[in-house]
Amino acid sequence: MDAIKENTGTAVSERKRAMGLLARASTEELQAGWLAIEPKPEVHPVRGPETGLVMVRGRVGGGGDPFNLGEATVSRATVRLGSGEIGHGQLLGNDREKARLAAIFDALYQRPEHRFTVDKLIDQVEGRIDAEDRKHAEQTAATRVDFFTMVRGDN
Amino acid sequence: MYVAVKGGEAAIANAHQLLADRRRGDRSLPAISIDQIVAQLGLAVDRVMAEASLYDRELAALAVRQARGDMIEAIFILRAYRTTLPRFGMSVPVDTASMKIERRISATYKDLPGGQLLGPTFDYTHRLLDPSLLTDEPVAEPLRRTADESSMMRVSDILAGEGLIEGDGQMPEDHVPGDLTREPLEFPLSRDLRLQALARGDEGFLLALAYSTQRGYARTHPFVGEVRIGEVEVELDIPELGFAVSLGPVQVTECQMVNQFQGSAKNPPQFTRGYGLVFGQSERKAMAMSLVDRALRAEEFGEDIVAPAQDEEFVISHSDNVQATGFVEHLKLPHYVDFQAELDLVRRMRAEYDARNGVEKSDPIRDAAE
Repeated sequence: MDAIKENTGTAVSERKRAMGLLARASTEELQAGWLAIEPKPEVHPVRGPETGLVMVRGRVGGGGDPFNLGEATVSRATVRLGSGEIGHGQLLGNDREKARLAAIFDALYQRPEHRFTVDKLIDQVEGRIDAEDRKHAEQTAATRVDFFTMVRGDN
Repeated sequence: MYVAVKGGEAAIANAHQLLADRRRGDRSLPAISIDQIVAQLGLAVDRVMAEASLYDRELAALAVRQARGDMIEAIFILRAYRTTLPRFGMSVPVDTASMKIERRISATYKDLPGGQLLGPTFDYTHRLLDPSLLTDEPVAEPLRRTADESSMMRVSDILAGEGLIEGDGQMPEDHVPGDLTREPLEFPLSRDLRLQALARGDEGFLLALAYSTQRGYARTHPFVGEVRIGEVEVELDIPELGFAVSLGPVQVTECQMVNQFQGSAKNPPQFTRGYGLVFGQSERKAMAMSLVDRALRAEEFGEDIVAPAQDEEFVISHSDNVQATGFVEHLKLPHYVDFQAELDLVRRMRAEYDARNGVEKSDPIRDAAE
């Protein structure tokens, strides 16, 4: 049953969204989320946490074939819960502790009893990012040029 | 005579200690923090990231501080650091069409969908020194206006609708994007490799070459179709999961340069394009890159190669400021033995010359190196 659910598009897109938001969570948000988890699960490291590089690719002309733009630092971790779920955390930057916490939450996200807590965390992250994005978009919008035409006589 | 010389350890250690002292400067002033460099010298940090070819604001700011603000030294330090890290993989190509726009302007269309958004620009400032920045005066919050939710159409797509511009760059089928950090460059290069080299190329060098094309050394009749700055998501495929996840956003600057083209036997008259994409906010670099990208496509369009900016081997071989500074600056390292050999040679030739011309031998000043 779980295996079937794993492969459905909804499960994939939900987990993808959760992992993307966990990658952007602040240390404070992740630590507060971790405090809210009781009892604490057994967590075993599988890989990392470690920092390395991802080659960021662009596209020729913006939409053409890929080219290598340059690298970015990425930290990642993989953990296994005592109950067996594997979680992956990966995010831009050097913060390995954040990657480890993100991996734990990705694992917890797969356990129904923790789903609510993790959802709450990622909704909070999403709310913060949306508010920041809106603020920036509105500040940018205020710099939009409103052209007006000068009327130079009528004949 | 060759004499093995050792020494300098104490001098080097003391010099580095002196460097650390001068870097810190006057102790009665507070030390500058990495956060402050990221927040208040952001464009210096962006340049270091772009030319070090490593996106990491914190490490780039550390490099700027360590290098005392010497940009090329900072780029060198960050470039060196990246070689110590393993590579996890390649990202899904970033989608600049869905960029979160901070600035977007077009010099070709006044009323384009999404509008002209000036963003935080130096343009239209009067370049007068601002005495208010001598002190820490409060800065007003920026104004806000309801944002247009519609997507920011690419200018190249507007022209593409009329069929009057070439498409985005397509490489031959089965082409694997080249990576100059993994394989040595072999000329001629494919355009993807050139773009990688240009994206990390020295801003000053590319700016000068771009300027040369405007002054007539390879005319390309350029218009800025569009410059956009903003954040794009970096996604990485996770093999264990079988799908790609977002690692977070990076800020990039993109320039679409639109260039006139007469047409040839193979191609109808249409606009051609140069492309620039750079880490961080770096409009000058992205524009210069796009001009040089177009100039380097001369052969593709059957144009005569008459100017430095069109010479791929010349441009790409000299665009990397870490390589350039390494080779130029190595000249200051001890060359005592090489020089001694040359000195002996010149002395002998001079003695022969003097003997031929009947010049009296004067007392030579003994060479200090002996």
